[in-house]
Amino acid sequence: MSLSKKNIILKGVAASPGIAIGKVFLLEDDEYCLIHKEIPKNARAAELKRLDEAIEKTRAELKTTYQKINSVLGENYAKIADVHIMILDDPVMKKDVVKMVDDGVNAEYAVFKVLDKIIRSFDAIEDDYFRERKQDIQDVTKKILGNLLGKEKKPLSKIDKESIVVSHNLTPADTVAIRENFVKAFATDIGGKTSHTAIVAQSLEIPAVVGLRSISANALSGSVIIVDGNQGIVILNPTEETIANYKRELDIQSAKSKELAKLKDMPAETVDKHTVQLLANIDNADEVKSVINNGASGIGLYRSEFMFFNRSAMPSEEEHYQSYMKVSKMMMPYGVIVRSIDLGGDKLTNLGFLSMEREQNPFMGLRAIRLCLKYPEIFIDQLRGILRASSEGKIRLMYPMISGVEELREANKILEKVKKNLRSENIKFDENIEVGAMIEVPSAAIIADVLAKELDFISIGTNDLIQYTLAVDRVNENVTHLYDPSHPAILRLIKRIIDAGHEAGIDVGMCGEMAGDPYYTMLLLGMGLDEFSVSPAQIPKIKKIIRSVSYEESKMAAEQILKCEDKESISKIMKRLKFKERY
Amino acid sequence: MKEKIIKVSNKMGIHARPAAMLVQTSSKFQSNVKILKDDFEVDAKSIMGVMTLAAAMGSELKFVAEGPDESEVLQSIEALFDSGFQENK
Repeated sequence: MSLSKKNIILKGVAASPGIAIGKVFLLEDDEYCLIHKEIPKNARAAELKRLDEAIEKTRAELKTTYQKINSVLGENYAKIADVHIMILDDPVMKKDVVKMVDDGVNAEYAVFKVLDKIIRSFDAIEDDYFRERKQDIQDVTKKILGNLLGKEKKPLSKIDKESIVVSHNLTPADTVAIRENFVKAFATDIGGKTSHTAIVAQSLEIPAVVGLRSISANALSGSVIIVDGNQGIVILNPTEETIANYKRELDIQSAKSKELAKLKDMPAETVDKHTVQLLANIDNADEVKSVINNGASGIGLYRSEFMFFNRSAMPSEEEHYQSYMKVSKMMMPYGVIVRSIDLGGDKLTNLGFLSMEREQNPFMGLRAIRLCLKYPEIFIDQLRGILRASSEGKIRLMYPMISGVEELREANKILEKVKKNLRSENIKFDENIEVGAMIEVPSAAIIADVLAKELDFISIGTNDLIQYTLAVDRVNENVTHLYDPSHPAILRLIKRIIDAGHEAGIDVGMCGEMAGDPYYTMLLLGMGLDEFSVSPAQIPKIKKIIRSVSYEESKMAAEQILKCEDKESISKIMKRLKFKERY
Repeated sequence: MKEKIIKVSNKMGIHARPAAMLVQTSSKFQSNVKILKDDFEVDAKSIMGVMTLAAAMGSELKFVAEGPDESEVLQSIEALFDSGFQENK
């Protein structure tokens, strides 16, 4: 690729929204060129000393990293650095390296050879999890070699002017060093939507595009770059025209967000004074800041699955407790709905929990509440964590994937047992903790009236409800056009669920994507939805619509739409209401 | 020289954390401790060795200790396995 070429567009994964224009700060990956040198006998003692010094220096660095990570990201991340220290201290490794240096091999080559042999032995391991541990050994090897060669990775803390960080990958150790105000965006070669880079970018509220494959090889330090986190693209060497276009887009966005920011402290209330709750969906505690900044009145869905990713062991009761306690304390005086894990067995196999057979159809297989009921030990640890945290904040518990009343009763039975044990251990929890269910399986929607009698609240999970009801896998491009939230069957089911909840005197919320789509806000409002739970960034938009419409008008519109028999007549009414022009 | 065969019974096998605990325990003693699994033999004081064993749940490991505290080290290791590596609280 010619470096002078203009407007090089690279496509990646949109990991955090927003646009940034700036200069590249290239965080170089440490690759070393190694040579094998013969060390004369009289210089071998000095070579050993050099080796020792490099190891000591590496140890000191790892210790600092450990402490930093521990204080910024918590103990879980820090364990990685802890394992690295043990690898450094491995007596077998040390013995072999020292022996090679004693025989006249230079320290760099000896370290490389010994560790490379160990790394190769990992390649023969069949189990994915165990095999991937070689990454830890590679990391340590690079650190020791870096110190032997006197090479240093230019850390992010060295950034002293506004920059866009370009790197092969960002590790927790890299990101703890970030000086917030100077980093405007991230662009990396690898990573996905839930990668560490994505999470950090979202919590800093800066744009990020990951999975760009070759950005770090193509970007030059100091050159101009545009990161478009909305579309998941990066533009290297943009032309004047491209820059001008993006600057215009930035102006429009900042004007919009300024206007929306004014809504932060206002309630989600219609012009005729009907109030609903506008809540946020989150994956982890880092997002709470943006939830509060965007003016949500609580968390309507805390997906606890996140705790199970990127790790090698099941989260303990204590970890569950800590994470729910942290979020609910930060959210006070507002409440938090914690959903018990919605995982398929495949995710737990990665944690080495059990070797689950590959399921033919995981979406209809052993997942979520079904998995918890089959393996109560996983469920109990989480329930204990949730209950303990409920004594310190306002927590509601929600079960995913309930398909019949028996499952609900069985889950509640386990919950009661856990409560009883906590009482006998004199551990405090909220005795009146509310228990709800996600209605996302068609069978549950049809018997919503039965379930509502035994629940304190209901939340409609539209993503799965639509996919199961319409029998459409929405990532399958051959049928994706059939995925339609406004299908009359879906609208009738939603209405049925809301009415069943109200009949039983409980609130009905929605935490699927439909709740965050401005196109449906007025319709859902008119159908009587009490709680909208959406991604933090969507809150101001939805609030603006709610505050600009009347409840009476919405009710009439919903009534008309529910009478429609096909898509065309529905969209006609939508058009007449000028839904689009309201946001 | 003393030997003991221990079956891995914790759900996740000897992954990173149990491997670290096993190495820490063995390293507290003076005796040499070897772990044998299938055709492999590794030093129980070497984290990288223990990790390359890839000992999943159900695998059988033979521990061979030799030295002044060979009985004690095997007892401690067995206790660690019995505790399930403190995973169940």
